[in-house]
Amino acid sequence: MKTSLLRIQAIVIKELLQLRRDRMTFGMVIMIPLVQLLLFAFAINTNVRDIPVGVVDHSQTSLSRVLQQTVAATGIVNFTRSYHSIKEAQAAIDSSEVRAVLIIPQDVSQRLVRHPSVGFGLPPSSKQETSRPIAQWLVDGSDTVIAGSIKSLRSMPLTELLDKPANRNTATFEVTLLYNPEQRSVVNIVPGLVAVILTMTMIMFTSAAIVREQERGNMEMLITTPLGSLELMIGKIFPYIFIGAIQVCIILGLGYWLFDVPFNGGFAQLALATLLFICASLVLGLVISTIAKNQLQSMQMTIFILLPSILLSGFMFPYEGMPLPTQYIAEALPATHFIRLIRGVVLRDVAVIEMSFDMLWLIAFTCFGLLVSALRFKKTLD
Amino acid sequence: MNDLNDGQEKNLNVGSPFAISAQKLTRKFSELTAVSALDLTVDKQTIYGFLGPNGSGKTTAIRLLTGLLIPTSGQVNVLGCHLPQEANKLRMKIGYMTQKFSLYEDLTVKENLQFISRIYGLTANQQKSRISELLSTHQLTQQSRQLAGSMSGGQKQRLALAAAVIHKPKLLFLDEPTSAVDPQNRREFWEQLFDLCDQGTTILVSTHYMDEAERCHKLAILENGIKRADDSPQNLMNNMPAQVVEVGASNIRQIKECLIKLPQVISAAQLGTHLRVLVNKEESNPIALLQRQPCLNDTAKLAIVRPSLEDVFVSCTGQGMTQ
Ligand SMILES: Nc1ncnc2c1ncn2[C@@H]1O[C@H](COP(=O)(O)OP(=O)(O)OP(=O)(O)O)[C@@H](O)[C@H]1O
Ligand SMILES: [Mg+2]
Repeated sequence: MKTSLLRIQAIVIKELLQLRRDRMTFGMVIMIPLVQLLLFAFAINTNVRDIPVGVVDHSQTSLSRVLQQTVAATGIVNFTRSYHSIKEAQAAIDSSEVRAVLIIPQDVSQRLVRHPSVGFGLPPSSKQETSRPIAQWLVDGSDTVIAGSIKSLRSMPLTELLDKPANRNTATFEVTLLYNPEQRSVVNIVPGLVAVILTMTMIMFTSAAIVREQERGNMEMLITTPLGSLELMIGKIFPYIFIGAIQVCIILGLGYWLFDVPFNGGFAQLALATLLFICASLVLGLVISTIAKNQLQSMQMTIFILLPSILLSGFMFPYEGMPLPTQYIAEALPATHFIRLIRGVVLRDVAVIEMSFDMLWLIAFTCFGLLVSALRFKKTLD
Repeated sequence: MNDLNDGQEKNLNVGSPFAISAQKLTRKFSELTAVSALDLTVDKQTIYGFLGPNGSGKTTAIRLLTGLLIPTSGQVNVLGCHLPQEANKLRMKIGYMTQKFSLYEDLTVKENLQFISRIYGLTANQQKSRISELLSTHQLTQQSRQLAGSMSGGQKQRLALAAAVIHKPKLLFLDEPTSAVDPQNRREFWEQLFDLCDQGTTILVSTHYMDEAERCHKLAILENGIKRADDSPQNLMNNMPAQVVEVGASNIRQIKECLIKLPQVISAAQLGTHLRVLVNKEESNPIALLQRQPCLNDTAKLAIVRPSLEDVFVSCTGQGMTQ
């Protein structure tokens, strides 16, 4: 037992010494979370604003101009161009000059008067012509987020157009936003970024751990010593737990100071959740390392895990919106469980105990992975 | 059934004089047979040598004997441990210096030794005294803070030897330990091996240097994975299946061309101004045979000389063996 601890200590010290001499890797430990946080937090924004659009105004009346202003006032679009014909407008969309074009027909005022939402359309007629939309959007639908934002303009209230006091109906539902009331996406992204960055760096560190020893020829020496597989595996992941902790501090600290991401949960809760996830990711890397034959292969496998961890874990798209088979895959990834945990702790102040399923899953994953890698690691050259 | 008997026999033989015994040890890599039916017994407290050209299976044989490779067939017993089943029991008792430097190039000399000593479970105090002792015996005290990767080939090999003996193993495997060491340092290296041997260590060393092979107590000559001969260097030279004739003449190259064609001549090699000719032992008067050849004129001087280990090596592994 005592010699076992001594051997683990030997590996840990050796890893730390090597890491200290490897300036590039050491720098990456700090730079990856720093740069990625700044990049992603500023760039990823699901509330789209100021989409460049054009207009084809067939009516050329003051009403059509007010209509444009009202639409622009929503902030969603920005009229940058004006075209004479629909054909011209379509060409502009094809060449990506604008993302959408608003086509205002000649009879826009008649249409408006008959429009039911305006309230003038006295006889609620069933005839189609009485309830026609007042104008048309031509949208480049290839980007669904942008198309969705313009679609949301479809039932925009028109009452302001006519200087009429708003006579909005009572809403069917009242919505109270418990967390993130201003709906800033950065609040959701920063905790998610912890998961993505940790997945990336942690798996990367350990996925090369065993193959590197093989490639540099150290393995032949290591396996003639009494060093046990499990001792080697534990020694290999231990130093990186601290590195993971440093990265989490950088991301959450910057998120708090720069982006006002609230920090609702307790520190101990956060530390516990992160520790579990770091261990799970490191162990996943170790398993990769025992499968890969060289460092390139281990890198490819890391990316193979990394992409689903970004796309399926709930970081980019809500887990609930995914089809069932995808949910199963997501469920297998440590990142999914951790994103639930960290969003719960950081944004909603949930005690991790209340999410014990995710916790237990990460613990089970770590133990199982450690076992698999220790069993896969053979103390022979065959 | 047979296996079981064998195992019991081995266990009773723990006190046997052999550090290593192997029967019909064979290892194949798909088509290629790297070690073929090797029978081996190594006495305790001796230095045993593997002499063989590149690719003759020296490294493979050592890996089989250290439990790093699983034999395709055959029996191995090392220090009373049956391989490959009891490989783990063996780890504390053996030291292995690999052919390629296998310590960490990005750690210093001292850090490497500290790492190894922790792996072998030395306590902090033991570590300190053992490491400083090793640093001075292997003349590495000056380099103790230097990165292993930045050292010269010979220094690296001294470090590797120090690391291999840190836990005072009973049995030491050295795979071409002096391939990058100059003759002067090689002498000192071997002094240390003899010291270790005197202290009770059994050493198995592979080499392709004749002078080094000559220092071993016993020697196995390997070729293409097959053991061609094994005995003490002295006996090998005495019982050589050929006689050595030295020819001194002016037109050595032409003489060589013509002598090599004779069926009785195993090989002819130029050594400066002389030609060293190996003649089959069955030939009763080799000098007369050679003198009969037309390419030799009267001025040529012929003499039978003492065989060297190189002659043994050539006669064992050259065309002479194909008959
Ligand atoms: N892992 C392997 N896979 C396939 N073939 C191998 C492997 N290891 C060794 N061999 C082959 O086995 C033969 C013996 O190789 P080995 O390394 O034992 O020779 P050696 O005597 O140590 O040579 P050298 O003096 O060059 O070190 C060679 O032909 C080699 O190609
Ligand atoms: Mg070799």
